[in-house]
Amino acid sequence: MPSESLWESISGAGVPGGRLHGIRHVVPLADLAGGTSLGGRLEELRARSVLLSTRDQLSAALALIELDGVARRLVLCTPDLAPEHLPQVMRDAGADAWVGGETGPVHGSGISIRIEARPELTRTEASRRRSCATEWVLLTSGTTGAPKLVLHTLASLTSALPAARAPAEPLVWSTFYDIRRYGGLQVFLRGVHAGSLVLSDPVEPASAFLARAAGAGVTHISGTPSHWRRALMSGAAATIAPRYVRLSGEIADQGILDSLRGAYPQATVAHAFASTEAGVAFEVRDGRAGFPASLIGAPGDVELRVAEETLQIRSPGTAQRYLGEGAEPLRAADGFVDTGDRVEESQGRYHFMGRRGGVINVGGLKVHPEEVEAVINAHPWVRMSLVRARRNAITGAIVTAEVVIVSGSDGRGTPPPAEVLTRELTERCRRSLAPHKVPAMIRVVPALEVSPTGKLVRPVA
Amino acid sequence: MSVKTMVKTTTPVKTTIIAQFQQVAREQDRMLAPLSDDLKLIQSGLDSLSFAIIVARLEDSLGVDPFNEAEAVEFPVTFGDFVRLYERFAK
Repeated sequence: MPSESLWESISGAGVPGGRLHGIRHVVPLADLAGGTSLGGRLEELRARSVLLSTRDQLSAALALIELDGVARRLVLCTPDLAPEHLPQVMRDAGADAWVGGETGPVHGSGISIRIEARPELTRTEASRRRSCATEWVLLTSGTTGAPKLVLHTLASLTSALPAARAPAEPLVWSTFYDIRRYGGLQVFLRGVHAGSLVLSDPVEPASAFLARAAGAGVTHISGTPSHWRRALMSGAAATIAPRYVRLSGEIADQGILDSLRGAYPQATVAHAFASTEAGVAFEVRDGRAGFPASLIGAPGDVELRVAEETLQIRSPGTAQRYLGEGAEPLRAADGFVDTGDRVEESQGRYHFMGRRGGVINVGGLKVHPEEVEAVINAHPWVRMSLVRARRNAITGAIVTAEVVIVSGSDGRGTPPPAEVLTRELTERCRRSLAPHKVPAMIRVVPALEVSPTGKLVRPVA
Repeated sequence: MSVKTMVKTTTPVKTTIIAQFQQVAREQDRMLAPLSDDLKLIQSGLDSLSFAIIVARLEDSLGVDPFNEAEAVEFPVTFGDFVRLYERFAK
């Protein structure tokens, strides 16, 4: 357990020199020494369970720094949290205070304090005294749509950060993620320790966000493969020239890794495996899809094993437990977290095969949609694809694919006609996949839906 | 098959079905038997994956999947049965 709060950790080596860049406001971290985003009402939140529910990310970032070590518990609500799920979240978290925008939960909900968080600071005389190890609660979407509450501490959330948190030369981090999700929170914590952070905003087009990140001199940037495909499709990918490009949250196939290598030849392109429950497990920097088999069973803080073809993780970064009455256990008795992500070994390397339960059954033969998508996405004119089951009276299901092609705005000339492309894709699949895995139909579509978590929306099986 | 029988038995639905059988057989590297009405489907040279693909593609081109109709369908045994089934629902 860290003996210091987030603010103490950030300012430990002296006054921090970095900045937090929101869509409209820029706040120097140093100003937090004598400033508050909470109207000077921090003391009212001491030892409370606080629902942090601001619309914008900058207000949330400032409040997180102020509240760690003060609040007993911080619940990081994302803007897409459905109002009908709010009562359950408040109950499970035992929330008694609300920090957010103008609107808040209704009276009689157990919330006795409401404080508006602002993306700007006002002067405060109050000191930020640490009185507890704050619990950080993240929400993940459960299978029924109701969110699960995942309990972390600052220690588990920062376990994957470099030991020397403040590098000699300050970095500028950015992310397509919302910082209230695990992937984004990792970037937030890296950014505030290592220098500056550029926050995204859902209303901002990818090209405008990239221009803002470039203006701030972004050096390190992270997102899901779907975020990155959208950035590449915006035609504005070349606006930034980062030294480090990170992918996480979805399977990074060879197609997207190669595209990013081409777009950012000067950068290290790394893909990381992490989940809200399991924490950050590893990072792969060799530019190849999958991960070395030698990571399984290797000694170290982070332990990986494969059980029933599924990746399991035990590390200081794993969450403690789910909150709420009757919540299922988050870890096994021996401390391992089952990620639900299927892996398969081939020639010394493990590849991700998709989620357990996402398998398509074609006449008794299994198809992992992600395996087929990886083959399709390797085509130079394909930006992204979605492979799904289509009901079929003969084999129960057959495989179909929808494909988004690289747009002309990428400066690559005119893409081939749809019928030429789909024929090429079918031939490609036939060369490298078993017959039952080859999509029976491939359709070119203008776009595929990406969820607020930055992941491709898959139909529920 | 003589020219005379072709003329007598070929409807637009049947033409579409024949084309689809040939296309899928090509794609799946299957040796397709001559498509006479009394050809048993099991001896057509196509496997169940091929039939699954044919049924899905015919649903797209003819707008009907007789195997998915509420009305219980007797599974076709011959190629002629198969064509008649589609002709019945494609109306």
